[in-house]
Amino acid sequence: MPDQLLYAAEVMINGLMAGVLYALVALGFVLIFKASGIFNYAQGVLALFAALTLVGLQEGQVPFAHLINAAFGTEVHHFGWQLPSIVAILLTVGVMILLAVAIERFILKHLVNQEPIILFMATIGLAYFLEGFGDVMWGADVKTLDVGLPQGGSFWIEEKTAVLGGDGFYGFFIDKLDIVATVVAAILVISLTLFSQYSKQGRALRAVADDHQAALSVGISLRFIWVLVWSIAGFVALVAGIMWGAKSGVQFSLSLIALKALPVLMLGGFTSIPGAIVGGLIIGVGEKLFEFTIGPMIGGATENWFAYVLALLFLVFRPQGLFGEKIIERV
Amino acid sequence: MKLKLASAALGALVAASPALADLVFPDLSYRTGAYAAGGIPFSDGYQDYFALVNERDGGIGGVKAKVMECETGYNTEKGVECYEATKGEGALIYQPLSTGITYQLIPKVSADQIPLHTMGYGRTSAANGKVFEWVFNYPANYWDAASVAIKYLLDENGGDLSGKTITLLYHNSAYGKEPIRTLEELSKKHGYTLNTIPVDHPGQEQKSQWLQIRRERPDYVIMWGWGVMNQVAIQEAANIRFPMENFIGNWWAGAEHDVTPAGAAADGYKSLNMNRIADYPVFADIKTHVHDKGLAAGDGSNVGKVLYTRGMYAAMLAVEAAKTAQEIHGTPDITAAMMRDGMEALVMDAAKMEALGAPGIGPEFGVSCTDHGGSGMGIVQQWNASEGKWVALTDYIMPDDAIIAPLVEEDSMAYASENNLSLRCE
Repeated sequence: MPDQLLYAAEVMINGLMAGVLYALVALGFVLIFKASGIFNYAQGVLALFAALTLVGLQEGQVPFAHLINAAFGTEVHHFGWQLPSIVAILLTVGVMILLAVAIERFILKHLVNQEPIILFMATIGLAYFLEGFGDVMWGADVKTLDVGLPQGGSFWIEEKTAVLGGDGFYGFFIDKLDIVATVVAAILVISLTLFSQYSKQGRALRAVADDHQAALSVGISLRFIWVLVWSIAGFVALVAGIMWGAKSGVQFSLSLIALKALPVLMLGGFTSIPGAIVGGLIIGVGEKLFEFTIGPMIGGATENWFAYVLALLFLVFRPQGLFGEKIIERV
Repeated sequence: MKLKLASAALGALVAASPALADLVFPDLSYRTGAYAAGGIPFSDGYQDYFALVNERDGGIGGVKAKVMECETGYNTEKGVECYEATKGEGALIYQPLSTGITYQLIPKVSADQIPLHTMGYGRTSAANGKVFEWVFNYPANYWDAASVAIKYLLDENGGDLSGKTITLLYHNSAYGKEPIRTLEELSKKHGYTLNTIPVDHPGQEQKSQWLQIRRERPDYVIMWGWGVMNQVAIQEAANIRFPMENFIGNWWAGAEHDVTPAGAAADGYKSLNMNRIADYPVFADIKTHVHDKGLAAGDGSNVGKVLYTRGMYAAMLAVEAAKTAQEIHGTPDITAAMMRDGMEALVMDAAKMEALGAPGIGPEFGVSCTDHGGSGMGIVQQWNASEGKWVALTDYIMPDDAIIAPLVEEDSMAYASENNLSLRCE
């Protein structure tokens, strides 16, 4: 097989893997939009906050240390422990649930039946608050995230595929972290779909998404459902934060991964969990192949904008996204 | 009663304003946002040094230095707002640590007659003092950095780079594009092939770029990055098993937080630096006179790190320029215009750096009316992951002035022509 074709195949495979990482971020948006009709601007910051909390707990960092030291003249920074990854992850899930309760109690409770734009604005405020809160709580330095995930190209895949090409072909590069992310994303999507379709809470969640007041009238606790869905979104944000944080360290630019999720949502629809995955895969492959084939001719760095062009093209023909619910308005 | 109220109000006003004799040094910092990890240590070092001078020496020439911190978030608009908010306080010099903010401030400082010092960043051709009266970029600029990197690679290859391939991986911004022209000119001179690969802001996803590098297998990769782009690039380089010793970042891609997320895989990564890292005696002074008195700008964890040292060095150069200005004008209460004179007469030699408790922290250089750029020298350092520290591989390397000087002349003259500026120093 000509090397150029093999390289294109390699780009495509890596595009699929990148797409899974985009989809992980998009999933959080979908969950909250599906359950409450809120476009959660704070989803990227939730991922950042979750990752910051995970590293802070794992490393035994004293939260608000800078504030405590400034106020009391102390010099406390660390508790002196190093928690096992699984314990730190479980504790972080606990923190994200507490955060969901707080968000419901202090923000959402007061905004029942408000216009979607009001709820959207509230999440903008939440995003900026959480970013500042995370900064004060854990500090703004770059933190190393080590929960034992493998990283680097797989030797095995490289060796097995090197024979496909000529002397200049070194085999397919596939990052082991991307493989892990793919498996995790698959498990997440299957679990969330099963939960949404077959569990009592899942059905209640869909009812709330359809009509808040109708759901309330049949005895569904809107407040419980919101806490539940924000908790799940917080968990998904933690998973996304771990995968992206493992690549770059945990730092405040992590919140910008939300930008990668927007074209995925436009393409896959705001209400479909499988749509987030398929949208992610299409965006991932599309942008990587475009960069590989056309990028060099026009100076490169095409991925950021091409993802949006691709999403816009889909929108023109299917405004609700590939898997979004069809909009039917009766007059 | 009215008189008492008026007196109290006046008292509060006086207390809130800087004392007239204070020498004001605004610190356009960024402690929040995507680039905070770089902004915090720089600002800590910058502020701690002024605090040291106040506490240990009683100020600069007997006049206290007042640092006015303003958060920019590395955002150009906020940076300009900070400038506008602080310039009326008697600001003597601005060091915004952002090329974007620098470009916006150049016409403003020229109109307001306040010096702008962009150490190793900003507009490279501002090194030409004949055109840029109020802008300085000593001790080195981007084009110097590109040349220093190539000179180092020449040394590594017995003085011959012909047939070699060098890839420039750059932040797709005005900052990242700065070295391209210089590297192109140097490629003509030394016969290497230059490939350029841009990375869009913020650089969190670089799979395509590193797959391309893996396909093309360049001999060397030079990186012009900042923020998360650096950490991701180093991790991706490790992922494709690119030899770290052949991967060289510029001096904004060579701090501790750039390499630590990749752990042991970052071992051997190299970067340029304009300020050598060492355990300088001045750090002990900072501990005694600043940190132990609870006057530190940060929590003390950044002391001695690359960007803390650079921030401290930036403050040191500002203080030395202020002292020079005081000597020239025979008064401790200097103005921004006097500060500019001090900067233009600044000399940093080995004896002075030794006396300041930071021997060899920067290259030796002198500034003049025509030369606002300094010597342009830089070192190459290498990350030792097991010991968690940078190790200097070279002494200060002189850039190739035969290439750089004409480029600076061409660009600065074009600026002068566009803005109808008459040349100085003639």
